[in-house]
Amino acid sequence: MGTTPGSMRILPHVLEVEELFVGFGQLDVIRDLTFSVEQGSSLAIIGPNGSGKTILFKALVGSLPFRGRIRWAPGARIGYVPQKLDLERDLPVTGVDLLRAKARVTRSGEDIRGAARDVGLGDELRKPMGALSGGQFQRLLLALALVGRPSVLLLDEPTAGVDQPGQERLNELVHRLQEQRGLTVLMISHELSVVYRYATSVLCLSQVRACIGPPKSILTPELLGEIYGAPLEFHVHER
Amino acid sequence: MSAELTTLALSLAMAVAAGLVGCFVIMRRMALAADALSHVALPGIGAALALGIHPLFGAAAMLFFGAALVWGLERRTRIATETIIGVVFSAALAIGSLMSSGEELIEALLGGAGTLSLGETVFGLVAAVAVVLFVLAQRSSLVLVLVSPEIGHTAGINVARLNLFFLEIFALTVALGLRYLGVLLMGSLIIIPAATAKYLTRTLTGMLVGAVVFAILATLAGTLLAGVLHRPMGPVIISVAASLFVLSLFARRFTRLRSIGKAT
Repeated sequence: MGTTPGSMRILPHVLEVEELFVGFGQLDVIRDLTFSVEQGSSLAIIGPNGSGKTILFKALVGSLPFRGRIRWAPGARIGYVPQKLDLERDLPVTGVDLLRAKARVTRSGEDIRGAARDVGLGDELRKPMGALSGGQFQRLLLALALVGRPSVLLLDEPTAGVDQPGQERLNELVHRLQEQRGLTVLMISHELSVVYRYATSVLCLSQVRACIGPPKSILTPELLGEIYGAPLEFHVHER
Repeated sequence: MSAELTTLALSLAMAVAAGLVGCFVIMRRMALAADALSHVALPGIGAALALGIHPLFGAAAMLFFGAALVWGLERRTRIATETIIGVVFSAALAIGSLMSSGEELIEALLGGAGTLSLGETVFGLVAAVAVVLFVLAQRSSLVLVLVSPEIGHTAGINVARLNLFFLEIFALTVALGLRYLGVLLMGSLIIIPAATAKYLTRTLTGMLVGAVVFAILATLAGTLLAGVLHRPMGPVIISVAASLFVLSLFARRFTRLRSIGKAT
């Protein structure tokens, strides 16, 4: 198990996945998945609940066993923003505690205040995590992912449980950080309009089949209907 | 050094270790495991007495084995740790009670009288220092994995190994209390001061310091009170710790009421 270290040749892709199988026990949720991600691109992962989006991320970071091949480019560093966390609300752990912990473990010697400023957090960092609003907490997780200077960001529904203005702010923030730092972004999202706006390619997972391509060819009513098993409508923002 | 001073030094070292480990036991929601873990020492004690070796080493060996067993089962079967701990340790209690006599059992569970041997003292001090160093060195990794094992992986932490080490350190802390507080009460010294600190503090450092302070307070006050009341030390220490916990509930309510009063 674990990620396979990259070979010495320079990969055109930051990530290559070949014939991947991931699941629990005898049941494979992800079956024979092959795709690759270009350096600096933005891959959106869509699909109905239970299609294995989060499981895919867990396999990519090495926390779930898998069969097949996952190859990260040499030197790729991953920042991970997990899906809504099941944490006790009165845990006496502040944002500063978390950011400092990751800076210590990754030995990055980073200015954690800087990481917090990048996501627009200030004095909130001194509060226990449970005292933060949904949007503040997600921004804290984003700051935590940024500690250690990652080259790739994995975001699992980063705007779930955040109010509408907060969602837009968070999406713009991720996009801005990506442009400023040349990051590669992999994002699981249910917001198809956001996917349409920011993603350079879309990977769809479903029980029926997996497909990958540019947003225009994947986000069609016919294909979405097939993936989700029901007709879907979404509003397209112009880029 | 006199026997009393040695005992005091050992009990303070144990309090510090218990307080620190307790913080992560509480935050990982393993409070019940501390109680269950104490039961696993019993078959070890029984086996050690049957073989004529020191019960402490039998218990420590059994606790180490039990923690590794729980870790292995959890990884292979992905059943919740709580469930596995419940099954493994209840079975251990059953086997242990079959293997040892009533009197030995009570002493192991609730702590025994009598002076500590040199070997016991050295084992206690070395183990306590090891526990304290582990928690302080690994606190950042423990906190990250607590929030999300996946974030831990991306930070380069070997999460499975860290979980195994934590369980072993937890088991070692329980073993520490065997001759002194008894394994049952040692579980309480791990949980109660940390729970008190969690209730009263807002930062990680605050909780770690708070838990150590409450564990030391309970140990010192309990030891003094036990002398005055002519009662066994273990139960008095735990009663003091529990009283501090109850007081903390009132203290927090009071500070909350005051802050509401200020706000209006």
